[in-house]
Parts: sequence; structure tokens; C-alpha cells
Amino acid sequence: MTKIASERDPATASFTCEVPAGDPWLHEMRAGQTLRILDLKGNQAVDTLFFNARDPRERYSATDTIRQQRNLYLTAGTRLISNLGREMLRIVADTCGRHDTLGGACAAESNQVRYALEKWPMHSCRDNFLLACALSVQPLGKRDLPSNINFFMNVPVTASGGLSFEDGISDAGKYVEMTAAMDVLVLVSNCPQLNNPCNAWNPTPVQMLIWD
Amino acid sequence: MTTTTPDQRPLVRRERLPGARSWSIELRRGYALRLIDETGGANCSALFYNAQQHLERYNMADTLKAQYTAYLTKGHCCYSDMGRILVSIAEDTCGWHDTFCGVSSPEEVAAQYGVVRYQEARNDWYRSGRDSLLKELGKWGLGLPDLVANVNFFSKVAVSDTGDLQFVSGHSPAGSRVELRAEMDVLVVLDTCPHPLDPATTWAPKPVVCEIIEVPPAAEWDACRLSRPENARGFANNALYHCQCHG
Repeated sequence: MTKIASERDPATASFTCEVPAGDPWLHEMRAGQTLRILDLKGNQAVDTLFFNARDPRERYSATDTIRQQRNLYLTAGTRLISNLGREMLRIVADTCGRHDTLGGACAAESNQVRYALEKWPMHSCRDNFLLACALSVQPLGKRDLPSNINFFMNVPVTASGGLSFEDGISDAGKYVEMTAAMDVLVLVSNCPQLNNPCNAWNPTPVQMLIWD
Repeated sequence: MTTTTPDQRPLVRRERLPGARSWSIELRRGYALRLIDETGGANCSALFYNAQQHLERYNMADTLKAQYTAYLTKGHCCYSDMGRILVSIAEDTCGWHDTFCGVSSPEEVAAQYGVVRYQEARNDWYRSGRDSLLKELGKWGLGLPDLVANVNFFSKVAVSDTGDLQFVSGHSPAGSRVELRAEMDVLVVLDTCPHPLDPATTWAPKPVVCEIIEVPPAAEWDACRLSRPENARGFANNALYHCQCHG
């Protein structure tokens, strides 16, 4: 597990905002800019996708990212790879140490399967993604939603191939930072899941900071 | 005279895919697709879509987290993003099918095996999994946005405690087979390019035999229904779908 702190000063960030628990966030970043996602209260899953801002058919690919680094988990040094095999961003700092890209986003329908048929009215990350896509000037929709990154989420795979959803390894004040290699759209759902410990049973806000 | 399988089920068709080829079929509920690794060491990349509504498609994450597994074998189900079961794995002699490595890119194939073009090699040219799937998806009006994380049948990639990946060579012996039962009408898209983490340096893609078999619906005691309470709810969602317009 790699932990690398950043020397960037929040006072010099060119953009900051707080994303409340359960909200979507869609933002365009230029090549060379660096995004920090700050876990304000601890153990908050941040479901995240990236699209090439010039042609959103090119997008983050979990399988290409996993395969190119031959490792399942994302951390400092990980190159986030597109479905065309190109580097979209690179994780340059990480004080949490490990992030998931197998668990995907929660949805009304997967909540039904995982927890109970009557869970469908609960808010979900997929609903956030769909609304953000619908309101975007970009031609985005359900078709454009592949497997995402879950920053600060802990989904270890055992040697026998089991997948478990463990208590988070993040904490208040931990963060992950990534520098864009191309102009990208960042699509985030600050996860509203209440059925498992991915948000420590208590979804909380996160802060976004961008440096030029 | 109807052809039957050794266990007396009607066999509609047996199709042999050479290595590094793609194929697709709309498989109706009531039929199963049996994949057979004829020579051993094959890889069969697969994607699944709702045949009537291609926006509903195989979802790697929902499949894995519903069943607390990183790989697939008998008793597992392949879920769509809509909480429904596209296909269930009714039989499997192989024991582990990869779910998270995706398919090779043209650049990866060139770096690993070299470049051999159609111009020189005719139909033995080297193809990538991505290009093969994109070409096959195009037949159904689908393209790059529809190319999502796939299943790699017959391939095993082990994971260490720290998340490092190790391709397991020799995992699938000759004659390995896996039977995918359609739990709704599904578009199945297949490709037989080598697994992208197969360390072989010689290009030798292996064939896969596809058998279409008429099968009864999953019984109440079926292993796929009973393997997890989540799958009982998945089948319940399918039951609701089957009473709707295209179900």
C-alpha cells in the first residue's frame, strides 16, 4: 500500500467546492490540472468516472487500468487508462493508500438484488450519474456509464477469489490527488449508500480542490 | 431426426469458432449456449445484452458484488445493470473464469506478438480482442460506448494479497466446457482472441466450439437460484420482467 502526501497548498488552489453527501458533481478539468478529493469526515466512498472532454466516447476503463498496471487496486502512481488504452490521469498523491475499481456504483436495481426487493426507492450513485448526464451539455447517458472508481472504498479480493466489502481504510482528512493528461470531464457521485459499511453507515460531504 | 447431446437434450447447432474470431447470436430464453475449449488453453471473451433493449447489458460490478466473488463458475449468474439475470452458469468443468482483465488492444497485440497484417497473412493475421468485439458489436448497431468489462471464459488470473495479478497458464484442459443458460432473450457477443495477460509470445489463438441446446427453465432447486439469496431476488426480478411487453 503506497501512501504519498502532497505538497500542494489548499490556499493556492484555483477552484474549490464541497460536494454534499448524496450529490452528483460534473466538472471539466484541463490537461495539466490536478484534482484533490478530500475525505472531510472519513470513510466516504466517492464514485468517479472520467471522460475525454473532446470526445466522451473515450472514457475511464477499469479493465484497461487494472490490466496495464497488473494490479487490482488504485493508489499513488496508478495511471487511469481509457477504453482506448491512453492515460487520462495519473494519481500523484494518496494518503489513504488503496481505492477500489471492481465494486461499481450502487443502483436501485442492484440494491434490490443485494439487500431486498423493497430497497428500490433508496437514493443511489447510478441515479446521480444519470441525472448529471441528463443535465450535461455533453451527449451523455446510461450507455456511457461503465465500471467506475470508488475512491476511499475498500473491496479486497481474497486469494480464493472472494470479494468482500470491508470497513473503509480512509479517515477524516485523507485525500487522493490526480493530474490530468488530457482535458477530462469528471463525473462524481458522493455515495448515498446506507446498506453497507462503504460510507461507515453515514454518508458525509467531500471537498474538491483543483490546482492549475 | 433431431440431434441430441449425450444427455438427450436437443442440439440445435454446433459452431466451431477458430481462434481470434468473433461471433454473435440472439439466444432466446429456453436455450443454452455451451462453450467447449476443444484443444485446451482457449480464451473466450463474452458480452451479454438484453436482445430487445441493448442499453441493458452485462454489468461486471453488479455481478461480482451480488455474489461476493471476483470470478465466475457454476451456480453464478451474469447480471445486467437492471438487477436481472441475463445468463446463469448451469454447468462448468473449468472452475474459474476471469471477469476483470478485459480484452487486448491492437497496441498490446503488436507489442507482444508482433504485427502480422492481412496483406501478408490473409486470414491468419493477428487481431486484437478490442477490434474483434467492436466489429462484432457493429453488426447490431453497437459501438465503443457499449464495449464494457467482459467475461473471459476459460481464463484464470490469480490475485495476491496486495492485488498483483498472475495469469494461470494451463488452467483450462482440452474438453473444458461451460454452459450459459439464457434467463431472458439475450444478445451474446463472443471473441476467441488470446487472453490479454497470457504471457505466450507465439501467436496461437485457440478454437472454441459453441453448442446451442434447448433446455428447460431453471428448476426451483436449481444451483444458480439457490447458491445465494441474492440470486433468488435476481430470478424474482426476471419473473417480473417476463410478464412485461418484451420479457
